[in-house]
Amino acid sequence: MRPPVRREVLRLSVNGEERELLVRPYATLLEVLREELRLTGTKHGCELGECGACTVLVGGVPQLSCLLLPAQVEGAEVTTIEGLADGATLDAVQRAFMERGGLQCGYCTPGMVLAARALLDANPSPTREEIREALAGNLCRCTGYAGILDAVEDAARSGR
Amino acid sequence: MTTPAAGREAGELHVVGKGLPKVDAAAKVTGAIAYADDIDLPGMLFCKLLRSQHPYARIVSIDTSAARAMPGVVAVITGDDLPVKYGIMPTCEDELALEHEKVRFVGDPVAAVAAVDEETALAACRAIEVGYEPLEAVESIEQALVSPDDEPIHGYAGPANVHRLAALEFGDVDAGFAEAAHVREDVFFFEGNTHLPMEQHSATAQAVGDKVTLWSSTQDPHYVHRALAKVLGLPMGSVRVVAAPHGGGFGGKCDPFSHEIAVCKLSLMTGRPVKCTLTREEVFYTHRGRHPVLMWVRTGVDRDGRILAMHFRSALDGGAYGSYGPASTLYTGALQTTTYAIPAYRFEGARVFTNKAPCGPKRGHGTPQPRFALEVHLDKLAADLGIDPVELRRRNYVRPFTRTVNWLRITSCGLGEVTDRVLEASGYEHRVKRPGHGMGFAVSSYMCGAGLPIYWNTMPHSECILNVGRGGVTLLSGATDIGQGSDTVLATIAAEELGLSPGDIRLVTGDTGLTPVDLGSYSSRVTFMAGNAAREAAARMRELLVRAVAEEKGCAPDEVAVADGRIGLIAFEEAAALAEARFGALSTRGSYTPPQGIGGRYKGAGVGPSPAYSYSAAVVDLDADGRSGEIRVNKVWLGHDIGRSINELAVRGQVEGGVYMGLGEVLMEAQAYRDGLLRQPSMLDYKSLTFLDMPEVETILVETLDPEGPYGAKEVGQGPLLPVIPAVVSAVHEALGVWVDEVPVTPDKVVRALDARAKGKEPRYGPKSFPQIPYPPLVKVAPPDAATAAL
Amino acid sequence: MLRLPPCSYLRPGSVEEAAELLSRHGERAMLVAGGTDLVPKMKRGQMEPEVLIGLGHLAELRAVTETEEGGFLIGAGVTLAEVSAHRRLAAAYPAYVRAAALVSSPALRNVGTIGGNLCVDTRCNYYDMSFEWRQACGFCMKKDGDICRVAPASKRCRAIASSDTAPAAIALGASVVLAGPAGRRREVPVDGLYRDDGQYYLEKSADEVVESVRLPAPGSWCSSYVKVRRRNTIDFPLAGVAVALRRSGPLVDDCRIVLTAVGSRPFDVSAAAAPLIGRELTADVLAGADGLLAEVAAEAAKVAKPLDNADLHYVWRKQMTRRAVEQAIVEAAGRLPVPTGRA
Repeated sequence: MRPPVRREVLRLSVNGEERELLVRPYATLLEVLREELRLTGTKHGCELGECGACTVLVGGVPQLSCLLLPAQVEGAEVTTIEGLADGATLDAVQRAFMERGGLQCGYCTPGMVLAARALLDANPSPTREEIREALAGNLCRCTGYAGILDAVEDAARSGR
Repeated sequence: MTTPAAGREAGELHVVGKGLPKVDAAAKVTGAIAYADDIDLPGMLFCKLLRSQHPYARIVSIDTSAARAMPGVVAVITGDDLPVKYGIMPTCEDELALEHEKVRFVGDPVAAVAAVDEETALAACRAIEVGYEPLEAVESIEQALVSPDDEPIHGYAGPANVHRLAALEFGDVDAGFAEAAHVREDVFFFEGNTHLPMEQHSATAQAVGDKVTLWSSTQDPHYVHRALAKVLGLPMGSVRVVAAPHGGGFGGKCDPFSHEIAVCKLSLMTGRPVKCTLTREEVFYTHRGRHPVLMWVRTGVDRDGRILAMHFRSALDGGAYGSYGPASTLYTGALQTTTYAIPAYRFEGARVFTNKAPCGPKRGHGTPQPRFALEVHLDKLAADLGIDPVELRRRNYVRPFTRTVNWLRITSCGLGEVTDRVLEASGYEHRVKRPGHGMGFAVSSYMCGAGLPIYWNTMPHSECILNVGRGGVTLLSGATDIGQGSDTVLATIAAEELGLSPGDIRLVTGDTGLTPVDLGSYSSRVTFMAGNAAREAAARMRELLVRAVAEEKGCAPDEVAVADGRIGLIAFEEAAALAEARFGALSTRGSYTPPQGIGGRYKGAGVGPSPAYSYSAAVVDLDADGRSGEIRVNKVWLGHDIGRSINELAVRGQVEGGVYMGLGEVLMEAQAYRDGLLRQPSMLDYKSLTFLDMPEVETILVETLDPEGPYGAKEVGQGPLLPVIPAVVSAVHEALGVWVDEVPVTPDKVVRALDARAKGKEPRYGPKSFPQIPYPPLVKVAPPDAATAAL
Repeated sequence: MLRLPPCSYLRPGSVEEAAELLSRHGERAMLVAGGTDLVPKMKRGQMEPEVLIGLGHLAELRAVTETEEGGFLIGAGVTLAEVSAHRRLAAAYPAYVRAAALVSSPALRNVGTIGGNLCVDTRCNYYDMSFEWRQACGFCMKKDGDICRVAPASKRCRAIASSDTAPAAIALGASVVLAGPAGRRREVPVDGLYRDDGQYYLEKSADEVVESVRLPAPGSWCSSYVKVRRRNTIDFPLAGVAVALRRSGPLVDDCRIVLTAVGSRPFDVSAAAAPLIGRELTADVLAGADGLLAEVAAEAAKVAKPLDNADLHYVWRKQMTRRAVEQAIVEAAGRLPVPTGRA
């Protein structure tokens, strides 16, 4: 039998709100977001780092929440899909996904939108190839990626 | 006929045909939408299933005592608790939610645990001791055809492990071959693959007393509803199934599943909500994906390449259970005739049981495999005759408003036009051939919904209720949006009829407790069937509103225009108040039943008929490496006869997604086994195309305005996948001069074909022969006479 | 949802302390930096540490510094994404930076570290499976079992070395600094870090921590890395070849070839490059005219003995190893400064 492990305090900022939680040190950020904070916008498709559905931004950088342990996000600023819009005003990436058919079932969408947001923050005018490269780890089974590519291009244009 | 023909010209339509954002898009880009696994009910328990680790074994004993004794475990059930068999097809109800006599594949569920959390449920599953007596597993089609030393996998059907046989002949095939100037035979194999929805299946049940509600990521809540009532022994009225917002189906969430039944049973036992979310690996075991199919095709043509006779044989590796198998089997032979006018046609099909995860319906259900075989076979035939492969096809294309030799009614048909358009856009006919580069062309056809329901009944296939009142406009439909955009389609149709915007329509869908029936999101049926039902309900509501306004204003109803949120000159809400005052509660109904006489009257005629067929043509441009066998697809042009786009954005998305999935299947996707175990039960090992593997797609939509489709619309969810697969194979042949007659066309197979050529052997990779199968005597069906054949 | 088994997470204040914690907790403990290899493997029961010793927070592991000799010292905690985006590293060590950029997917490279990639677990499709799958299979010697499933007669585990950066580092003559308890440090060539055993694949003591990677001054070496895999992202290598070339005048002066994913360790097969030494890599030679590249590639790939424990057919993987060697030589040659007197 494995010895029991005590919960530990995790302090982090989620979507701009400071959080102090008592979590298992082996609970991934995915579990913390979905099960402790009930932020279910972050999806899971494999929990092994193979599909990208659970992508969140940690300090503005796309990371897979299914692989992150609490210690790795201590004090970090985490952005989930619920935190991307500015109040009722959607982010340009969200609007573009709606308008250009960047989503169908919507399940990969939170991760895809966040990865696209991070790309545009780092590179406001990406080429189509750069968009493909940046989103390469986010699998989608519905769209054939075409609507997503168009949407990110549109969002880049509208952001300029 | 339940609805009028598509009467209005495009110019008169206000929202139909526009590329408006989908009605659920905002909820999806914000993360607000709650999928099945996002449901969290007070006091909820978590369920895990214990699954077989043997491909084939008799269960000798199950000891759950250690699991039951674990702290946090609330209930444990085994097959004894759910002894009623079920299955999607009434002819093969061969499944138990939890097996208690024997297991038939690695992953077959044998027990379920409800516990306070998932970890405890998992630990308890591991603590259940199952005694097994292994049996010799059946791992291939060939093996399944031989009488086993052990007992067959199922106690019905046969001989050996054959599940289902079919043998049909339409017209005089032997005479056709005798008359033929040239006859060619080919053998093909299509490896199985799976849906791989991004969302893992999830179901949550909540029982109150002896009534239970299930929220599930299902594509057809109605069939789940029926299975639950049967297995749980409850009246239909005591079971409610709600299709949760859906994270992708592609046919993989069309069967009633063990986890759905188990959570209902556990909730009824414990009085607490119970959730079960499958792991990705379990999704691979749940499967119901594309059948591996071995195919043999023989075609006789005259000197000009006109088909005189065709004989098509298929052998499907069905996996461990029946699922949709009888239909899957017939589908491998049904739609060859909807693209080509084949005057004499013989089909012999067989499905066998093997000890693998059960196969079922995946996008294109039973037709991508024969379409691949048929199109590549025609390419080879054309080469034999020295006729251009496109020209050979054109000479055989079906004509609109005709009846096929197997009695399928063809109505609108844009086959010639989609061909012209993709050839023109791609420059296919003017391509300059060079080694390592190839272009391929293929066509296909798909149904707009199955003409018959899965279980025999004469009720409508789709029903809608439209309510207008002080709470706004609400459309109730049993249809389930699985990402394809059916909610958007229904809202758009209702909005069009009522002069509103799609966003004005509140949708209540896929809830067997609240919504009238819809058979489900399968067979590309929703736009055509639920769309027609919604249009009928909305047209009736429109009539009431118009009448109320006309009477109020003292004018004739036909003087009242309906558009832009107004009924005549008054606002919609005001018109609704007038109508409510005049007629009472405003509720209208619409129903759709496919017309009679769209198919034949022979045994097996239930598979293939559809009120309409979509048509697709693809051109693929690729580079193939003559040394590594690696393929890089540069671009795909896909022409699709959509009838009419209800929402062009959604239609284009479906085309692009279909092309993507077809490319995945032809290039890499495979659900393969080694010693009874799945080789690739993960998203890393099961290869699907990434952003960096997906080429550009040019979508060309052709609108043929089907006379029976809503506003002329036809399907798009499945058809565009089909021609992509043979077009890639054809292009690889053009690039490298070798045929890969086996899907997926992986680089190692290409290299083996190249090696064969280098050694002076047949420049080909693929199956060598087709096995001897004990097909039954042919059922001979007289084709329609000339008068019937021309509609 | 897949979850990790209960384990505690320790935060050492320094690399030295991390080594001491490793020493203290012994086999119960494992190091974790980015966790991109470890976390999925823990979820599937392939690794079962009770104690995780975190390295991610140690600033001392996150520096890229230029050494006095003109090389670079890269902290083991530097992420693959940081290396991929590092312009000076890219100019000096194209093979290494290319290899880092080809690891997995962008989000994993944002977290995965170069130290982690050098130590990445060997892979096998009898091993990289869930507990239940492996149990159904009867387990294998790498975890919970006693035979090698892909080669039952083998006395050792045949899991596959899958680091992309290791062959590049070896070809470039890199070394790793290993830190042990009590300030003990040693530096070994990267090649010396590996053993040809899928189970015990690292040649380091249990209490050592990979602290940094030292890349020697690039001199006039030009390098390349070619990765064979099914998809253009995410996938591990089915074969990987790093080549480093140096020219003296128009003639090849030295050439190193290192393979990965063709056995249980990276293989330095530079001896196979002998026919290239003293030769001029003309366009014709690079186009394969006189069979020179094919000869070198065939010799280099001799060591590759793929088995049916990875994606695609093993014969094809062997064939592709040869081809990748040729490609890598061509790519490295393309980066060499054009000899004087030529266009």
